[in-house]
Amino acid sequence: MVKQELANRPDNTAFTQQRLPAWQPMLSAGIIIPGFVLIGLAFIGIGVALFVTSRSIQVLEIDYTGVETSHPCFTCSDPDVKKCVCQLDFTIDSLFKGPVFFYYGLNNYFQNYRKYGASKDDDQLSGDLSNFKSPSDTCSPYEYDSNNNDKPIAPCGSIANSMFNDTFKLYQKVNGSKKLVPFDGKGIAWWTDYNVKYRNPDVSPLKNAFNGTVKPLFWPKPAYELDPSDPANNGFINQDFLVWMRRAALPDFRKLYRRITEGDYRLGLPAGDYNLEIAYNYPVLSFDGRKKVVFSNVSWMGGKNEFLGIAYLVIGSMCVFMSLVMLIVYAKFKFPEED
Amino acid sequence: MERQRSLMERERPRWWSWQRWGHSACYKKKDRKRKKIKGQERERAVVSNLPYEGLGKAKQPNRYFPGNAIKTTKYTLLLFIPMNLFEQFHRLANIYFVGLAILNFVPVVNAFQPEVALIPICVIFSLTALKDAWEDFRRYQSDRKLNNTPCLVYSRKEKRFTERRWKDVRVGDFVKVVCNEIVPADLLLLHTSDPNGVCHIETSNLDGETTLKQRMVMSGLCISDPEFEPENFNTVVVCEKPNNNLNHFKCYVEKPDKDKVGAGIESLLLRGCKMRNTDHAVGIVVYAGRETKSMLNINRPRYKRSKLERKLNIDVIFCVILLFSMCLVGALGHFLWLQALPSVPPYLVPDSNGHLDSPGLSGFYMFFTMIILLQILIPISLYVSIELVKIGQIYFITNDIDLHDDKTDRRVQCKSLNITEDLGQIQYIFSDKTGTLTENKMVFRRCCIMGTEYPHKENAIRLAVLDGPDSGEEVIFNQRPQPPQTGWSLDTEGDNPDDMQHHHDNQCKSKVKGNAPSDVAFSSPLETEVIPDRKLLQQISRAGSSSGSWKTDPYLDFFLGLAICNTVMVSMATAQRQRVSEFSHSGQANNSLNTLSNLVKSPVSLRHIFTKPKKNRTILEDSVVEEEHFNPPVKKEESGDTNGLQMCTLHAPSDTTATTPDHLSYEAESPDEAALVYAAKAYGFTLLDRTPHSVTVRLPSGDNLVFEVLDTLTFDANRKRMSVLVRHPLTKEYVLYTKGADYAIMELLGTPYAEHLSGKQKNIAAGTQYHLDCYAKDGLRTLCFTKKVVSDKAYERWSVNRLRALAAIDNREELVMDSAVQLEKDLSLLGATGIEDRLQESVPDTIVALREAGIQVWVLTGDKPETAVNIGYACRLLEEEDLVINMSCKNKLECTSILDCTLEEVRRYSEDPRNVGTTQDISLVIDGRTLTMALSLDLQDRFVDLAKRCRSVLCCRVTPLQKSRVVKVVREKLKVMTLAVGDGANDVNMIQAADIGIGLSGQEGMQAVMASDFAISRFKHLKKLLLVHGHWCYTRLANMIIYFFYKNVAYVNLLFWYQFFCGFSGTAMIDYWLMIFFNLFFTSLPPIMFGIMDKDVSAEMLLGVPELYRTGQGEGEYTFLTFWVSMLDAFYQSLVCFFIPYLAYQDSDIDIFTFGTPLNTISLFTILLHLSIEIKAWTVVHWVIMLGSVALYFIVTLAYSAICVTCNPPSNPYWILQSQMADPMFYLLCIITTVVALMPRYMFHVLKNSIAPSPLVQARHLDRLDQSTRDEWMKEWRSFRSTSPVKRHRLSTPPTPTLETPADIYPQPVSPSDFMEDEFTLNDLTENYQRPVQT
Repeated sequence: MVKQELANRPDNTAFTQQRLPAWQPMLSAGIIIPGFVLIGLAFIGIGVALFVTSRSIQVLEIDYTGVETSHPCFTCSDPDVKKCVCQLDFTIDSLFKGPVFFYYGLNNYFQNYRKYGASKDDDQLSGDLSNFKSPSDTCSPYEYDSNNNDKPIAPCGSIANSMFNDTFKLYQKVNGSKKLVPFDGKGIAWWTDYNVKYRNPDVSPLKNAFNGTVKPLFWPKPAYELDPSDPANNGFINQDFLVWMRRAALPDFRKLYRRITEGDYRLGLPAGDYNLEIAYNYPVLSFDGRKKVVFSNVSWMGGKNEFLGIAYLVIGSMCVFMSLVMLIVYAKFKFPEED
Repeated sequence: MERQRSLMERERPRWWSWQRWGHSACYKKKDRKRKKIKGQERERAVVSNLPYEGLGKAKQPNRYFPGNAIKTTKYTLLLFIPMNLFEQFHRLANIYFVGLAILNFVPVVNAFQPEVALIPICVIFSLTALKDAWEDFRRYQSDRKLNNTPCLVYSRKEKRFTERRWKDVRVGDFVKVVCNEIVPADLLLLHTSDPNGVCHIETSNLDGETTLKQRMVMSGLCISDPEFEPENFNTVVVCEKPNNNLNHFKCYVEKPDKDKVGAGIESLLLRGCKMRNTDHAVGIVVYAGRETKSMLNINRPRYKRSKLERKLNIDVIFCVILLFSMCLVGALGHFLWLQALPSVPPYLVPDSNGHLDSPGLSGFYMFFTMIILLQILIPISLYVSIELVKIGQIYFITNDIDLHDDKTDRRVQCKSLNITEDLGQIQYIFSDKTGTLTENKMVFRRCCIMGTEYPHKENAIRLAVLDGPDSGEEVIFNQRPQPPQTGWSLDTEGDNPDDMQHHHDNQCKSKVKGNAPSDVAFSSPLETEVIPDRKLLQQISRAGSSSGSWKTDPYLDFFLGLAICNTVMVSMATAQRQRVSEFSHSGQANNSLNTLSNLVKSPVSLRHIFTKPKKNRTILEDSVVEEEHFNPPVKKEESGDTNGLQMCTLHAPSDTTATTPDHLSYEAESPDEAALVYAAKAYGFTLLDRTPHSVTVRLPSGDNLVFEVLDTLTFDANRKRMSVLVRHPLTKEYVLYTKGADYAIMELLGTPYAEHLSGKQKNIAAGTQYHLDCYAKDGLRTLCFTKKVVSDKAYERWSVNRLRALAAIDNREELVMDSAVQLEKDLSLLGATGIEDRLQESVPDTIVALREAGIQVWVLTGDKPETAVNIGYACRLLEEEDLVINMSCKNKLECTSILDCTLEEVRRYSEDPRNVGTTQDISLVIDGRTLTMALSLDLQDRFVDLAKRCRSVLCCRVTPLQKSRVVKVVREKLKVMTLAVGDGANDVNMIQAADIGIGLSGQEGMQAVMASDFAISRFKHLKKLLLVHGHWCYTRLANMIIYFFYKNVAYVNLLFWYQFFCGFSGTAMIDYWLMIFFNLFFTSLPPIMFGIMDKDVSAEMLLGVPELYRTGQGEGEYTFLTFWVSMLDAFYQSLVCFFIPYLAYQDSDIDIFTFGTPLNTISLFTILLHLSIEIKAWTVVHWVIMLGSVALYFIVTLAYSAICVTCNPPSNPYWILQSQMADPMFYLLCIITTVVALMPRYMFHVLKNSIAPSPLVQARHLDRLDQSTRDEWMKEWRSFRSTSPVKRHRLSTPPTPTLETPADIYPQPVSPSDFMEDEFTLNDLTENYQRPVQT
């Protein structure tokens, strides 16, 4: 009789009565020692691998800002000098294993500045013709060219406008003559940028698409003439343009310029004297910036970075050390019921 | 009791009573004056709708009154959105977030796409709105159901009652309610099927009281015809404006002859009540719909802010300060950075005019941009999450099967939804005694008539046997045995009933056990039966045999008083209600009673005692029927057994029982009354029937006496007594029977009873008082009974005043009380009764556990100090080795000196180097008068200081107002968390004054429950509610809140650190959508689950080791320190999470969002793994939610990166996670960063748990052991603890000049170890200390 009347009686289930079977990890010295030893050893292993790999990567950095008067590019660093070319000589002592990546680097350049980053028109860059005529106002003030009948700018915005425009040519000095090292400019940008995100309008020839627009103020050439040698490398899918548009995360950055993968240099740059011919256009002194070129080969872990390897080694050894400390603690303070 | 004001006009010429009232000049003048002042506002006039039936709405006289349809919904369908938004904007936090969202629309300062910034606030708003809409919809549904309930309304067209829906009922309609139907609106009762014009209602829907209440037809209206014709009712009903007082109503009907007939609450049927015991009743609707008293009594759930939430708000302010300083750093940094630039770099974007803001202005703007960027530092979803967590916690509390009471089928109710965690921080409990610690089931134990004590030994034995099976259900963890019931047993003579009890226990238990009732429910026959005292029976027989004793026999008068002087209703057992059904034929009851009857050796046969000449039988014309009805069995029994002794008639032929009073069931408003009526019945004075105007009592001789009830002076808290004025059918005397508290009666005594006749100069009052004190010491509730014969002249004089008082509308209560006081004087003492109110099960265990949990328990009671002290010992509020300070002072000076002396003594004790590490167990007993002095402003501090040092405090004879004052003073002076628990209306003040009010839904109605935050049904539930749920709720919520703060800081700081590398320009390296998702989806569920379900220690452990509760008291786990430690940890972790990837990607060609993605991922892992360190118990739910969150992160982010090609322009998430996940560096980075980030916290936990484990950690260790080892450990733990304070130096007795009973209150010191050894020695010892030496 009693049982039937209890309509209000709560369900006696493990969930409602909070009696679900539970795993209760205990954080105490005795239990974590083996775990720590294992983690420590694994970390040391990873650390060694990373460190060795990083060590094997060769990097050559050459600053060509031309701050010092003795520097070959000193004259070019004056922003008033236009179309300046400077020559830079350097020597490679041993074979620079290939494939060699050739980067240009900028220091103290804030591509991550918020307003700078917003100053572009993704729709225009993905080939939307209506945005050619009226670019998004996010591009302001690089939206319309006020000196040119307020014509829309394509590509508009500050990022595109400030595109890096130094060009490089590398020669190997062989017996007094200069031998051009062939650069591979294909595939230096992200595949998705080149194939998906950035698109040229479906207008042929490409030049017509840009009718009624003007080139960015800072640019010497319009977008459709960026690479005269390869018609497929023009407009918004120009590799250099794509590389530039992918904004660097930090103020000191490098961007891939070319790869050296062809001809005699497939295996790398052999030891010898080299000459770098720089068309010096990009002003950096206005913000105390630096320009450099970087030669580097890469491994599975990317560019040279010893930090991660060292970090793994340090943390690994710390874990092992801590497990020793724990052992002492355990011996002294073990909870009596644990035995 | 007030409700049952007896109206005596019916028997009197109507012209007399009502004309007097009608022509009372005084009244009329007053009335007019009031009308002038307030106009019509205080009254409403209601006329019958019937003459206007079918007319247009404009012609309806009652059109201004609302209809009976109710609407409890907050919103309407159309206005839901604006109204809900308006509601939500009342929250400061919401305004803050909306302000930020608006700020984002200001172009110079915006940090994100403005539209996107609206998303979080919209989600929060819509979640809250959804919750509100769902609640409102449920209200709507229940409204609709209620509004469409059918009821019977009179229709003039059809000349009968027709079925209509509740919502169509209007003021002025005539509604007929049939048995067991619910009253649809507030009705003025005009007619019932009962010839006496009464009907019964059950108000359990309204106030939870399950006792029947009697309502009677408005007197003075000529509508007592058998068939009521609503159409003939053409008078105006004038009643007061709607109000929410359920116990008060005033109205009068103006008859055509200008006479006014008044009526009160006794003629009002309240909406929501159930009609009982009456075939049907008809009334006119005076209040409908939302104006009904029950609707006006509906309160929204109370909003209380918990202590934790108050602290949390302080920390939110800290967060605001932190946010502002971080923004200031950003603004300043931006300014300096701009300042340091030699000229304009290409990446600085001028405005459309080619103009660049000055560094100062840019810095200023940047401040606001930073606020937008770092806004999550103020945890946006914290408030919503807390609400969700509390809903979950309440779900688990209300679903706890241990907090469900099988007897009443009630769960624990949470009325305040947001103070669950306060349950885990309680430091002081203030408890009522009656009904809270005790059952409030009264059992008659002993009585004293004319100064002679009748101990009722056999009855005591019977009750002791009943207790047998109960005491077997001791809770496992209670090592010390419950103080034995011997403290209760009374013995004035040489032979020890305890020995007998032990002796019989074994015999009886074995017999009882075989078919012992599974639940000894309220008023089960076992409890209501009383075995009469032999000596007393002989006395009665002597009195009965002497003829002509009607006038002066004190024994007869005493029992008549017992039977008459009450408001107990008699209902037939055929009524559906089972609760109070008095007797069943079940074998179990008979069996055990048989056993018991055997115990009473050779019961005196009453066979011949009450045989009286037939001519003496009583008789009032209208009771002939009843008399005839009851007579035959009596006659039959003349030869067999009388019904004088119920227990002796068990073997009576069953065919007679069908018509004997065994089928009566008593409906008492207070359990005392029922107990007394049952006691009277046991001696043969059976209350057979009670109508408003008569009481029928069957005498031991089998005759029925019908007393005409002239008036009932109901009980009130000021008088502390009640009286019934009857006309004795035989002597034709006006007799006033009064019963009440001893102090309320003793001062009113006049001539001793029958002094002039007996000639004995016996000091009855002194003798009775002596016994009363003995009763009180034994924890019995005492009542004195008196008789007074009122002369005809005096009665007439008095009744005039009385009527005037009853008819008054102004000050009616006072006048009525004054008139009662006028009559209640010069009383003759008959005797006194002692009623036992038994402790609820597991009360001592609960109190001990609560005390071990570091909670100070105070008991506040209206009882006498002796009663209270005794109950205190019984429920282990006071222990034998305690030093009990008794404060009972006559004046303030005395009070001050006691306080000072005691304090001095106590201080000296604690400063004594010998007492380092020991605790003193002082208990304070204080009475109401002294309490008033102690709580006066100048003594308050001293009193609180003393009370703070006491282990328990017992306040006796306190009023409801004092109760709340005590709570307030302690709460404010000591700044502690208080909890008040009570069951009656007198506890409401206290319940509302405390931080947490707990109502016990017991025998005394629901007022306490209505006012409470939590409602439980047994006191013992408090133990699990506090020790387990309180602890859990608190630790869960505290940890969840700390975690929430940590989570937001840890995440937002990533953005902050990045500002140092982007010229403080407010760039976010994480896609904004992903940031929103991160907070809303990826990391929101785990902390909520953590707050609802984490279980640091098992319930068994928390109950077994109440000390664990102390972790939550005072500051608890959520302190200034824990908050800032977790903030520091958040800073550290964010530093690690930012700078390890930063160093790893330094000087590379990484782009912003490729850099941000591992940061986001690492952050997710760190935040979730941080939570895993904090989670103490992993159930399936934990695993699913934790792994689900990680899976959700990857699925959503991958999908988003795959779909979003050009969306959300400034960011560029396309294919980024995919390319990152193809890079081994990503995983290596994630692993090491997470490890480094969590290492310190992990190591800290490990080292702390190993080197200095907190009690909670130790308990968790024990939890992992198997059951038997755990119990062993627990035992060891407890014994270690309980033996530690053995060597204590006792305080010397402080001077207490007014100490009344030093022998009882200062037991000799006993070393606890002495009696820890075995149960029996303990019993013996406590017996000695508990039982006062009696003569």
